[in-house]
Amino acid sequence: MAEKLVVSTSPHVHSEFSTRRIMGMVILALLPAGITGVYFLGLSSLCVIAACILACVISEWFWNKFVMHRKNTIGDLSAVVTGLLLAYNLPPTIPIWMAVCGCVFAIIVVKEFYGGIGCNIVNPALAARAMMLISWPTAMTTWTIAGMSGATPLAAMKAGSEVSVSLWNMSAGNMAGCIGETSSILLILGGLYLIWEEVISWRIPVIYIATTAILAQLFGHGAACTEVLTGGLLLGAIFMATDYTTSPMTAKGQYIYAFGCGLLTALIRTWGGYPEGVSFSILIMNIAVPLIDMYTEPRTFGAPKSNFFKRTEAKS
Amino acid sequence: MNLPTFLGGVHPPEGKALTENKAVEILRPEDTREFVYPLALHIGAPCSPIVKKGDVVLAGQKIADTDAFVSAPKYSAVSGTVKAIEPRMAFTGAMEPSIVIESDGKYTPAPTLHDLLGHKPAPSEYVKLIRESGLVGLGGACFPTHVKLSPPKDKVIRWVIVNAAECEPYLTCDNRLMIDSPDEIIKGLEFVLEIFPQAQGVIGIENNKPEAIRIMTEHNKNPKISVMPLKVKYPQGAEKMLIKSVTGQEVPLVPALPADVGCIVLNTRTTWQIYQAIANGKPVTERIVTVTGDAIVEPKNLQVPLGLNVRELINACGGFSDEPVKVISGGPMMGIAMRSIDVPVVKGTSGILALTSKLAYIAEEGSCIRCGKCVEACPMHLEPTLLDHAVRRRDYATFEAHGGMNCIECGSCAYNCPASRHLTQSYKNGKAAVNAERRKAAAEAKKKAEAK
Repeated sequence: MAEKLVVSTSPHVHSEFSTRRIMGMVILALLPAGITGVYFLGLSSLCVIAACILACVISEWFWNKFVMHRKNTIGDLSAVVTGLLLAYNLPPTIPIWMAVCGCVFAIIVVKEFYGGIGCNIVNPALAARAMMLISWPTAMTTWTIAGMSGATPLAAMKAGSEVSVSLWNMSAGNMAGCIGETSSILLILGGLYLIWEEVISWRIPVIYIATTAILAQLFGHGAACTEVLTGGLLLGAIFMATDYTTSPMTAKGQYIYAFGCGLLTALIRTWGGYPEGVSFSILIMNIAVPLIDMYTEPRTFGAPKSNFFKRTEAKS
Repeated sequence: MNLPTFLGGVHPPEGKALTENKAVEILRPEDTREFVYPLALHIGAPCSPIVKKGDVVLAGQKIADTDAFVSAPKYSAVSGTVKAIEPRMAFTGAMEPSIVIESDGKYTPAPTLHDLLGHKPAPSEYVKLIRESGLVGLGGACFPTHVKLSPPKDKVIRWVIVNAAECEPYLTCDNRLMIDSPDEIIKGLEFVLEIFPQAQGVIGIENNKPEAIRIMTEHNKNPKISVMPLKVKYPQGAEKMLIKSVTGQEVPLVPALPADVGCIVLNTRTTWQIYQAIANGKPVTERIVTVTGDAIVEPKNLQVPLGLNVRELINACGGFSDEPVKVISGGPMMGIAMRSIDVPVVKGTSGILALTSKLAYIAEEGSCIRCGKCVEACPMHLEPTLLDHAVRRRDYATFEAHGGMNCIECGSCAYNCPASRHLTQSYKNGKAAVNAERRKAAAEAKKKAEAK
């Protein structure tokens, strides 16, 4: 028997987790909310979703192939997730060309300029959304769908008028809003699936949502349940704030990060210039992550228990 | 039920079902063949041969020894003639100077250690006898046992822990040993407790070995010894993790030793062998090897003489059922992939694991996505991805500053990594580089001092 054995360092077995598999599960968890979005908000939403996914994947493929001349990474499905998330954060009436611009910005400027997957410092989809909100404020805040025109519940709250959507419609997704953010029930189900599969931990979504709900009520902005069910809070807390690359790696860091997101969201919703603050809160906390990581480095097994600020020097 | 455990770790598929219910078979070739004994030890100083080409040796005769403290002598498992002293391939893939013995198939016994000593050993002579028997950590690390049993005088040993966790997937040799000869293990532990009268004995067993736990508990009549079931989690059997699980204490950072927290940890087979050395005067000449994996026709636990060719073990298990991609000495998490199966069984060969491409594929490395799964898995509470980046840019100062030298190379981080990054390899490189730098600095300092 001719044997040619492979020699490599241990370990010789590997868990079933791979980047591609994780991204696949995130896509699966996101799908139901998107389908409901299309059902309630119309077929134009489907066009936006399709355009965003295509634009993101093509941008990444183009960049790797013609600019960097390196192995293509579209197979890891992370570009699909970025496209899907950006689409979910856009109103259904957005012109397709604007959505495509957002996607190119997300992939090329926010992700690839910094080195590609794992190297970006802010969430590509959210950064693109922020860019679009500044560039095309009207298109980004118009929710005119047949039978459902007008302001989102949060915009109504900001304007000081009554919220006319029932709690049931908020939960199911039958209200004005971005494509993927309206169906609270399905977003929560998607989140539970990801926690069950150990793709994400409960820490960031639960603490983020709880902090926003409690603080917004304390600040006198609105009832806790309305805060949770409206706007992009669920989508942001479950799917965007938990983005691996732009969130802290340790449990302690994740507590701080999630609390920061929640605090900023409540502050912006109550006193900020925009009705919604999820995107900006997460973006601000994203750039704080390296700092959080630095101060929450775990104590090495066996190292003396040390003072908070002396943590890094205490190791030898 | 909350069983004692540590923080971190992973749950790789166990693969123990292949062999855990099979009694140990004895493989003792009775024809003429070569047995090979490498002179180098995995850890410690190499031995020098005390036989020469053409000498006749007996089974259980000492063939190599050294004056170095951190080392242990070597014994021939067979009777026969010294055929050569020449470099042969060891399981690490390196060519090591080795003593080659042509066996006569008769296993004519040499005088025992007791015969040589002239009397039954007293407790004060135990450690010397254990060194003389060639005992090293038989779990795989091969650290000389008498060194462990000679802690600094100012340390009080309060726990002697028998490491029967056997957390490495696939391996069942310790499990079978506990089922087949519980009394010898307990007596071996009692001998060690005679050396350390202030200590209590604990036999720590992962909870996935209910039969071993039952049998050990039943056979233990000594109030100073307890059997402790532990949570099933890799690497429960890592020395520091086991001490944490059993005593709740953390061994301080390197270079601290278990003795600093009053502990001595001994592998199951080592404890059994201590009994053999002290009660029967037998040196280390045999061991149980788990021959398993999805590429083996009939996985088995084999009791084999040391120095036997690994190929014979695989043949005794029906050979390969499928083409193996990797043949590993040890378990899948910390074992060493072998270049060839024509290498001898040594003291640390706990398992021979042959895996097909289905399990032992090498996935392509992707970029770190900062998912934190390595941080979650690390039982030493390091940040593996941070250290990996530091090593890859050759920033060994950062590697050291963030505790890289404390890595126990258990492989949990690399097992968990979705991007299949070769994290463990990075730390091995990093640790080697730091050690090389330290040696260089020490040599330079010495030179300077001499110049003055």
